[in-house]
Amino acid sequence: MAETLLKVAGLHAGYGDVQVLWGVNLEVPRGEIVCLVGSNGAGKTTLMRAISGLIPARGGTVGFAGENLTNASPERALAAGIAHVPEGRRLFAAMSVRDNLLMGAYLRRDGAQAVAEDLERMFAMFPILRQRQGQDAGTMSGGEQQMCAIARGLMGRPRLLLIDELSLGLAPAIVDQLCDTLRALNREGLSILVVEQDVATALDLASHAFVMDTGRVTRSGSSAELRDDPAIREAYLGSI
Amino acid sequence: MKRDALIAVVLFALVALVPFSGEAYWLRLGTTMLMYGVIAMSWNFIGGMAGYPSFAVAAFFGLGAYTGAVAQKFGLPMGLAWTCAGLAALAFAALLGVALLRLRGHYFAIASLVVAEVLRELVNSATELTGGGMGLNLPIPTMTSIDAQAAFFFYAMLGLVAITFAAMLLTTYSKLGFGLRCIQQNESAADMLGVDTTFYKVSAFMLSGVFVGMAGAVYASWVHYIEPPDVFDVLFSVKAIVMVLLGGAGSVFGPLFGAALFLSLEELVWRKFLEVHTGVLGLLIVLLVMFLPKGLLSLSNRLPWARKTR
Repeated sequence: MAETLLKVAGLHAGYGDVQVLWGVNLEVPRGEIVCLVGSNGAGKTTLMRAISGLIPARGGTVGFAGENLTNASPERALAAGIAHVPEGRRLFAAMSVRDNLLMGAYLRRDGAQAVAEDLERMFAMFPILRQRQGQDAGTMSGGEQQMCAIARGLMGRPRLLLIDELSLGLAPAIVDQLCDTLRALNREGLSILVVEQDVATALDLASHAFVMDTGRVTRSGSSAELRDDPAIREAYLGSI
Repeated sequence: MKRDALIAVVLFALVALVPFSGEAYWLRLGTTMLMYGVIAMSWNFIGGMAGYPSFAVAAFFGLGAYTGAVAQKFGLPMGLAWTCAGLAALAFAALLGVALLRLRGHYFAIASLVVAEVLRELVNSATELTGGGMGLNLPIPTMTSIDAQAAFFFYAMLGLVAITFAAMLLTTYSKLGFGLRCIQQNESAADMLGVDTTFYKVSAFMLSGVFVGMAGAVYASWVHYIEPPDVFDVLFSVKAIVMVLLGGAGSVFGPLFGAALFLSLEELVWRKFLEVHTGVLGLLIVLLVMFLPKGLLSLSNRLPWARKTR
């Protein structure tokens, strides 16, 4: 296994009186795609939010590339190289696609030239976004919005991309296309942690997988291992 | 931006001619209209740009009025008293913002609504300092004639309008304005992308307080006498919102346009319906929100100044 990029150890987190995460352990090796699967309410989104600093940790640690990001602000997490593509995409609906992408580079300090180059890179990666750049983001289809959300995340030049619910509400053809794009990005060196409801797609995309249940990681291993695991097949894949 | 500034300069120059009409009625109406303009533009910072429905305008106005009045009572010159009022409103908005801006939507609206009531009660009970329910008399400015006084306060309000407008224009085209627009559309996404939402929201709230506070102080000096129900009137808050919605929330000229239109309505129509005045106000808000959420300016996008500010 390659060097660890993200290391979550014994993480506890929640909202108000409700504790959601009960000592989560998870690792993302550098240069890998890792998926996080589990039923609704297992705590996947909460884990993502805790990693990117949107909610505080109540215990445990989040380490990223040798840096301690436990309880870091979202700004710091992003500056350290973690970009979050949230569930439901959360675009700025009444702003143009172009402005949405530029917002992704909000924290960058490497100058307009570099940002413009990256914008061009995003348009090359998702040509539809170039066509739609002047249009309000909220008027696009779900797939286009997801592309916009991923591109917005990439505009922050992350080392780790967190994607929450990649395929939610998207047509299968679009999901395949997005997966291809993510693989291409991964080949260029981007590490990805993706939350995915569709376990078959997730195991197909990722090299490693973590299974969450009621706030804990209950199972982890290589995707091939999990795909062959009878319990996983039973619970998530159906009898194939 | 330059074009907006140019239009504004021409507009303000034209407005500056009003005192030469020699009509006391127009001068009084004009001063009120300018005051409404300050209030509407101020609300635009927090309500229009950041999308937080603040009802704190009355609190800032009353606080400014009383700060200015008390400062003048203790012998401070008028200009300095006005500055004090602005600073008091600014500081108060900062403290209040840190506490209240954790709430969103209706919760924020209700919480901000209560502030003016609390301040009114405080001022009511601090009789030694504020005169309590008896109100407070202010020194009458030492000017030759009543006409000169009226013109002086007209120009003071116009100056305040110009300052507020400049601040709004600068904010609209700055990183702050961009960030506020993001917050308005999707606060959690803005948070995620590294926008310091707390700082931005508090800044917007402070900007929405400082000029209203000064307007309150100018108003107090202008009318020479203030009492708590007069300056902590919740209608200031409601009017601010109606004016901005009428003109166009988040736009540069919308609030001013709305203020002018609102006062015209108030003068021409509503005094004929004294009994149902507030009812008409409520009805207007409902109609506006339902049918014209972007204000009257959005009706005629062909007009040059209705152009989207981006």
